[in-house]
Amino acid sequence: MSAPTITTRIPERLTTPPVPSRDQAAAKIAVRNLDFYYGKSQALYQVSLAIPERIVMAFIGPSGCGKSTFLRTLNRMNDVIAGTRVAGEVSIDGQDIYQPGVDVVDLRRKVGMVFQKSNPFPKSIFDNVAYGLRINRLTEKKNELAERVEQALKDAALWNEVKDRLKTSALSLSGGQQQRLCIARALAIRPEVVLMDEPASALDPVATHKIEELIVELKKQYTIVIVTHNMQQAARVSDTTAFFLLGKLIEVNATEKMFTNPDEKLTEDYITGRFG
Amino acid sequence: MTSLTALCTIAAVGILLIILVYIAIQGVGTLSFSFLTNDPRPVGEGGGIRNAILGTLLLLLASSAIGLPFGIAVGIYLSEFGKGRFGSAVRFLVDTLTGIPSIVTGVFVYTILVVPLKHFSGFAGSIALALIMVPIVARTTEEMIKLVPHSLREGALALGAPQWRVTLGVVVPAAASGIATGAMLAIARISGETAPLLFTAFGSRFFSYYLDQPIASLTVQIYNYAISPYDEWHAQAWAATLVLMTMILAINIAVRFLTRKKF
Repeated sequence: MSAPTITTRIPERLTTPPVPSRDQAAAKIAVRNLDFYYGKSQALYQVSLAIPERIVMAFIGPSGCGKSTFLRTLNRMNDVIAGTRVAGEVSIDGQDIYQPGVDVVDLRRKVGMVFQKSNPFPKSIFDNVAYGLRINRLTEKKNELAERVEQALKDAALWNEVKDRLKTSALSLSGGQQQRLCIARALAIRPEVVLMDEPASALDPVATHKIEELIVELKKQYTIVIVTHNMQQAARVSDTTAFFLLGKLIEVNATEKMFTNPDEKLTEDYITGRFG
Repeated sequence: MTSLTALCTIAAVGILLIILVYIAIQGVGTLSFSFLTNDPRPVGEGGGIRNAILGTLLLLLASSAIGLPFGIAVGIYLSEFGKGRFGSAVRFLVDTLTGIPSIVTGVFVYTILVVPLKHFSGFAGSIALALIMVPIVARTTEEMIKLVPHSLREGALALGAPQWRVTLGVVVPAAASGIATGAMLAIARISGETAPLLFTAFGSRFFSYYLDQPIASLTVQIYNYAISPYDEWHAQAWAATLVLMTMILAINIAVRFLTRKKF
């Protein structure tokens, strides 16, 4: 890949995107000067970004630009990978999640995640959705558990398809259903933020359409951050879009503006398909 | 290429079949209900192998109770936490243990248990068999757990599960049928062991279910009968072999049935 040289100045200030009719002070997630390393190689450079509450923010950029890495810093999923290091600040509701003493379990309960490849557990449909509720002891009675599972499956627009076979294996579902099951599993513990790492990249157009409809619906209750390779998808589902290139955040803007009249030349080049 | 490999396969399976059929032919004549329900008697008076069947089952039960949890725990440790130098040292040690001749294990247990206690016992036999099981179970468990995709672990971690719950609640169940297969192989392997029992459980001609005393086993009984000069005992050894083989087959089928894939 012939990588273009970045000549644009990376903004030092905290980049808050203009979000129509929303109070900008209520940033759910605020990231300041974030550097990230895999061993010795640096994957993110001085990323600063604010994500307001209850919007859909899309991350776009070519492969290897750091968008997934950045997404995974928001619930500390990178902690699982040996040899990674973070510098800078990631605050959720004003609390720096990389401070010592932060309970990662609590964090991940608050910040749910849906992965690129659907990863249902080899258990029944019901047990998959109930997993997070059980390990976190979020319900007291059996029928309460069943209600929460039902609600999560309804929220993920899967209930009607599986209500008669909750006891069957999750692996018997189709690819699109499995991904919606994983969304239901994430929603069951009622997180405040849902991170989605290319949730529809392995799905056919019909299943993708369902997931996209779902994302727009979920925005009413959750803050959603979605990584996508598909620019049309970003345009369809998101309120704001952030463009990453070679580990740097190039531009954050309202999605409509981003795709019609971006501020940065690099963004325009990428969106018009001049590279990537 | 295909025909060469097919030929080798047919040869290997064929030899196995010949052995099985030969044992069946030799053993079936002596096999009877009274053979299974009577204890050994002096030569010329018939008798059976009831004590040895019970002894073998007890030894298998006791050694599995000791060896399986240990082996599975070691396997989980190696796959989930054994990435460093200590892990590879343990892995090397486990591989070496797998290769130790079982007679050595028997003599070792004889030295550390039988000699200080001044008598043979079923318990010492169980320990010797368990020592043989641990490395087999540990390595198969490790390999099976490694096959569980990383995405499953991440999925559980992302739901706020601590590491130990991910391992016990998601990873191990996902590998359960593979782990059970490893356990089954280990049980089948030790149920055919004779050497480690000669110096530990020793064998007995009487009906007994006390593991702190010498106890009979099918393999030792077969060995003793086979080296005897009496035709009657030779025939009984063949029949006992047939019984042992059927038992191993039954264990295999039972475990397969119990661990068949539900999800």
